[in-house]
Amino acid sequence: MSMSLFFDFTVDKQNNTIHIKREFAADRSIVWDCYTKSEILDQWWMPEPFKSKTKSMDFREGGKWHYAAVGPNGEEHWAITTYVKIEAQKMFLADDAFGDAHGNINPQLPQSKWTMNFSDMKKNTLVHGIMQFADFAQLEQTIAMGFKEGLTMAMENLDAILVAR
Amino acid sequence: METRRDVFQAIADPTRRAILLLLASQAMTPNALAEEFNSSRQAVSKHIQILTECELVKQEHKGREIYYHINTTQMKEIDKWLEQFRKIWETRFNQLDKVLLTLKQKKK
Repeated sequence: MSMSLFFDFTVDKQNNTIHIKREFAADRSIVWDCYTKSEILDQWWMPEPFKSKTKSMDFREGGKWHYAAVGPNGEEHWAITTYVKIEAQKMFLADDAFGDAHGNINPQLPQSKWTMNFSDMKKNTLVHGIMQFADFAQLEQTIAMGFKEGLTMAMENLDAILVAR
Repeated sequence: METRRDVFQAIADPTRRAILLLLASQAMTPNALAEEFNSSRQAVSKHIQILTECELVKQEHKGREIYYHINTTQMKEIDKWLEQFRKIWETRFNQLDKVLLTLKQKKK
């Protein structure tokens, strides 16, 4: 089923931006809930074997989503998403950052601005996410952290890929 | 792991990205490269040195001249990293597909 759903991932190195477009086989109202209600976000936001665990969610302009990516050994990596602008079922703008269990943002770690646009695609819904980094180093650091946390390693063994290519 | 990290720091700089872009179309001597930029010859030379150290750029001696080439193998390394990032999103979305399916079944 997922085979036929539109997916586009474009990295704009000049503008330190990543565009991620994905079609979902559901109404816009349902998809919107999946992106904005923490009890649903916790079911899919972190790729296996990681799990997303919400500490608090306040989905309104100025509000925050405070959650952890919990690894297979129970290790926690905390993140804080601050909602800047919300237009119900159309778009939201958020600042994404890493932090600690108390909700403090760690300015040493990379931050990015997210824009999520929701639109109809016939009977389905298209979500166009834009991640904007201050510079390419921040984008690089985000990916590097994924490696450190085993986020990407867990899905595929990097060494095997590097050898195979 | 360490070298790969350096690669990203190398391309984080706009001047170095511009150098790579120039070299992508043709091999160039350090003098020809320096002429393309407003910064000092030393500054440009420092950038080339960093690019060479992390193997994004290779040098070749032709007579008395040195020519710089782009190292396509190393450039592909960067794309592999980004490919990993793309995979995270793919997994995430596949998980959301399953969630949506469950939600729709509950509605029925």
